Amino acid sequence: MSGMTQRLIDFVLDEAQMLDDGRHAEWLDLFTDDARYWMPIAPGQTDPLLHNSLMYEDKLLLRIRIERLSGARTYSEQPRSRCHHLLQTPRIQSLDEARGEFQLRTAFHYVETRLDRQTLYAGWATHHLVAEGERLRIRLKRIDLVNGDAAFGNISLFM
Amino acid sequence: MNNAAAQWTDTALQALIRDNEVHRAVYTDPDIFRLEMGRLFQSTWVFVGHDSQIPNPGDYFTTTVGAEPVVMLRRADGGISVLINRCSHKGVRLVSEGSGNFGKFIRCPYHAWTFGTDGALQNIPLRDGYDGTRFDSTEARLGLARAGAVEVYRGFVFCRLSAAGIGFQDYFGESLSTIDNMVDRAPAGRLEVAGGMLRYMHQCNWKMLAENQTDACHPMVAHESSAGTTVRIWGEQPEGTPKPMAVEQFAPFVGTYKFFDNMGIRIWSNGHGHTGVSDSIHAAYSAIPEYQAAMVAAHGEERAGRILGEVRHNTMYFPNIMVKGPIQTLRVFKPLAADRTLVESWTFRLVGAPDLLLERTCMYNRLINSPGSIVGHDDLEVYERAQQGLQSGQRDWVNLARLYRSGEGADAAEVVRGTSEAQMRNQFRAWLRFMTGSGEVAS
Repeated sequence: MSGMTQRLIDFVLDEAQMLDDGRHAEWLDLFTDDARYWMPIAPGQTDPLLHNSLMYEDKLLLRIRIERLSGARTYSEQPRSRCHHLLQTPRIQSLDEARGEFQLRTAFHYVETRLDRQTLYAGWATHHLVAEGERLRIRLKRIDLVNGDAAFGNISLFM
Repeated sequence: MNNAAAQWTDTALQALIRDNEVHRAVYTDPDIFRLEMGRLFQSTWVFVGHDSQIPNPGDYFTTTVGAEPVVMLRRADGGISVLINRCSHKGVRLVSEGSGNFGKFIRCPYHAWTFGTDGALQNIPLRDGYDGTRFDSTEARLGLARAGAVEVYRGFVFCRLSAAGIGFQDYFGESLSTIDNMVDRAPAGRLEVAGGMLRYMHQCNWKMLAENQTDACHPMVAHESSAGTTVRIWGEQPEGTPKPMAVEQFAPFVGTYKFFDNMGIRIWSNGHGHTGVSDSIHAAYSAIPEYQAAMVAAHGEERAGRILGEVRHNTMYFPNIMVKGPIQTLRVFKPLAADRTLVESWTFRLVGAPDLLLERTCMYNRLINSPGSIVGHDDLEVYERAQQGLQSGQRDWVNLARLYRSGEGADAAEVVRGTSEAQMRNQFRAWLRFMTGSGEVAS
């Protein structure tokens, strides 16, 4: 396995651990300024704008979401939600070192829990990464749930 | 059901609804929920779907009306039927997919009984097996059960399950002006369901959602966490940063009490009403010049101005939908159990308008009505806490007294202050009327 391949895989695994650890400021800093976090509802959905999605957020909206979590009057997070990612080894879908653009797909099981309620979600994460100097950053993180069109309760954290 | 009907006599039900408070049992009691399904959702006009979902003969869309599984379909003659989605043979739900096309008839997947798109029984394999069985005297011979009455109003399909009851115009009256306004906002004069729908599960009674639509005293409190955080973070941006559409949509949720009070609420008979009479959270969105021009071309300056100047916030169509004309969304509060409600949030394309309108609609739906919405999280948290709190037997009453005036409930449309709970009281007067009245229990 090339050094770049291992670096990309480690990036995805480290990113999930940041979420499980609740290191949200550090996580947000992984995203480029023009990045999006997208959770479509339909299988194979191509349009984030003229079709409904569970989330399609730019960095400003992600920051609002993160800062809200710890707000004194954020009653839906009292007590706080917790999450757990179980990832399959990420697969490299494209790797262009010259352009500094990379794409990975990672099958996952994700558990979100609050109080005595625990919810299991299953799906695939697609990371569009770019090299910025020595760093890798996320331009798009797309979450396709196997049942994105099902009726869910609150999805409070990040998959 | 019989026990429920015996326990909850008209007198007992009347005792649950006072002028300015309601008994917790209306939210928590499973027998009352069953009576709602058997009476209220049978005798009122309930939203089914939209005609743009079934443009061609044989097209269908499945949904529920109260507890009844129904299928809305386009007949060969171009009309729309609402049939009960239950084979007259063994009770099998005939179609399970959300939408599709039957072809010329409906075929049961179990024994291949077929029904016409009017619900009539057409064919049974090995039909001679019923010779001499007095089959013609059985209920199965009647084919599929049908809604008692169906009305398509400017594309919106409603039905009344009961064969007899209040007429469509009498039931909705002037409240239809909100649907008119939403449709009139399309330069081509019609809407299309677009962009799929968001589905959000709530562990609370459906009426909590119905009441919250005209509750103008909660946004600045419950949504301080979401809209308040947005306003604070937006305030830190360098001056001159263009305001994103998302901030335009979130920020008004933390408007002042005065802002929401001045919006006003208009109340119609039979439980309908709307917030946003003279101002609303949708009033200050950025203009979209290409759209304005299309509206003026379609309607003329004066009429286009009047249509777009209507900024109604939430219109509750009793019992269980809410329509937002200025942002082209519709929410259905589907009752599943006393403590369980499925919320569907629909989006519409204004035919003839630029794509940016649908983009704005989908953004609003995603930001406010998605299971991932931080505004939705605020609301669901308080609904579920209310459902839990109402389990307490130490206090029995939920208060609805804000700005109550004695003699309330005359049928004429009236406009009251935005912070009034008058529309919630209006809904409970309608609730009581359609829960008692005929006294018939249909299921």
